[in-house]
Amino acid sequence: MGLAQSAISARGLVKTFGKLRAVDGINLDVPRGMIFAILGPNGAGKTTLMRMLATLSRPDAGSATVMGHDLVQAPHEVRAAIAMTGQFASLDEDLTGRENLVLLARLWGFRGRAAKARADDLLAAFGLSEAATKQVRDYSGGMRRRLDIAASLVVTPGVLFLDEPTTGLDPNARKDVWGMIRGLAEAGVTILLTTQYLEEADQLAARIAVIDHGRKIAEGTSRELKAATGSGFLHVALADVARLDEAATILERRLEHPVQRSAEGAELSVLARTAKTGNEALAELVAAGIELSDFSMGQPSLEEVFFALTGQPGLSESRKEGDKP
Amino acid sequence: MIDTTSLQRLQSVARPRTPSALSNALVFGWRAVLKFKHVPEQLFDLVMTPIMFTLLFTFVFGGALAGSPGEYLQFFLPGILVQTVVFNAVYSGMGLSTDLGKGLFDRFRSLPIWSLSPFAGLMVGDILRHLIAASIILTIGLILGYRPEAGIPGVLAAFAMLIAIGLGMGWVFIVLGLLIRTPTTVMTLGFTFLFPLVFASNIMVDPGTMPDWLRAFVEVNPVSLMTTALRGLMGGGATLSQVVLALIAPVALTAILAPTTLWLYLRR
Repeated sequence: MGLAQSAISARGLVKTFGKLRAVDGINLDVPRGMIFAILGPNGAGKTTLMRMLATLSRPDAGSATVMGHDLVQAPHEVRAAIAMTGQFASLDEDLTGRENLVLLARLWGFRGRAAKARADDLLAAFGLSEAATKQVRDYSGGMRRRLDIAASLVVTPGVLFLDEPTTGLDPNARKDVWGMIRGLAEAGVTILLTTQYLEEADQLAARIAVIDHGRKIAEGTSRELKAATGSGFLHVALADVARLDEAATILERRLEHPVQRSAEGAELSVLARTAKTGNEALAELVAAGIELSDFSMGQPSLEEVFFALTGQPGLSESRKEGDKP
Repeated sequence: MIDTTSLQRLQSVARPRTPSALSNALVFGWRAVLKFKHVPEQLFDLVMTPIMFTLLFTFVFGGALAGSPGEYLQFFLPGILVQTVVFNAVYSGMGLSTDLGKGLFDRFRSLPIWSLSPFAGLMVGDILRHLIAASIILTIGLILGYRPEAGIPGVLAAFAMLIAIGLGMGWVFIVLGLLIRTPTTVMTLGFTFLFPLVFASNIMVDPGTMPDWLRAFVEVNPVSLMTTALRGLMGGGATLSQVVLALIAPVALTAILAPTTLWLYLRR
């Protein structure tokens, strides 16, 4: 893919906060018109990376172009080509939904009646016409998110940055936002989104970059990522929970990969690479007298992919702390 | 919800021409005006304390301090205007800190606009706040019997000086707002810093009866210098040197803190 066709092209981006290398040398190529997901746990550096690409934070090293404009040399041109919806609603709570959009329309250069018309069109397109004259403080989480995304489309951007667009939304509002994102991509907008939800990346994105501790540890389509970790994932469910540790030890030794335990307890998943090695591992469990209530071989979920790549459970509650600086 | 057709229609509208820096700044000024429309109760916060102070000092302490409440009000009112404006400046920093915490400024900073235009909006808001609060206090003073001997020109000059004082002090809290994430901390810090300045001044009493060490401070306290000039402007007899002395602090604060603000904002 040539540079001219890239919506985003980043080389060796670095951002440090004191001793912490929040983004530690990331390369990224996002073709125009694609939904591209940056997947990683909290504190992985996703937000920092996105803030650099949106000119909100200056890279300490490396370079990048967004829609052909250099991030450091031509930040103003980059800003004219992008829009960003941050993790926290970037709206004025005291103003009405309509006033928020009119404000932005005027900042983009729409004058008088044109600014109001633009605001009304956006409100209508996002199903917010009825709430137009309500103060944003009275909006629900889902309405806020919609208005926030609408606010990024006052002028159609070349690249739309969405930082964790569905964090904190209920399942219905999440589906709404997903629909919106797909609609925008169909209309030709390049979308770079960050998420810590594996399902979200799997559902939406044509390509996924997996980020952990400021480094890109894998990139590809959802299918490629799954394939890279081997097609065979062995899942076993134990009849006797008490023998879980014993079973895990056997599988780990036999298959030479870390075993992932299900949150509920009695299930283990481990990379087996081939059906043959999976079978042998099962035979050893049976030989040890460990009774199984269920077993299967299959494609790994993205969660298992993340686990296989990082050696740590993805999307875990235990890593909720230490979010972006 | 949202369909591709309506999105494509949104996209069919041509991009408008890039607006000027002045136009950007005016839009932020408009935002400040809207804030007054939607949150009129902020004015209540601003004027209640000075109104209480005016009533308390005039009627409770006034007689003892100046012989009669009427005479005291004549002395006290210009000072309470300075106090009001100085305390009001804190709100600027609180508002900024709130905006930064919400991610609103991230949106502004990702727009292709003049990067300082959001601050122009803050200033418009500040000027409005100072004018409205000072007018309310002056009106109450007039009702209670205060008479500005220098007449309307004197009052206008005094208001111009109040705006200069307010904007100068405003920088202190804009810088604090940029540095501190929590609006209430900005407020607490602000008042901690302002209380000694406002009370160890000549706003409430003539420093003649104070111990020497305190009087030495009161006489060079910028708040005293501002109050002296304002008394002169409203009561007649202000000298050029009084006005210049009063403006030293606001001018110096602007000269030092405006570039600091720019640096902090662009560095974030």
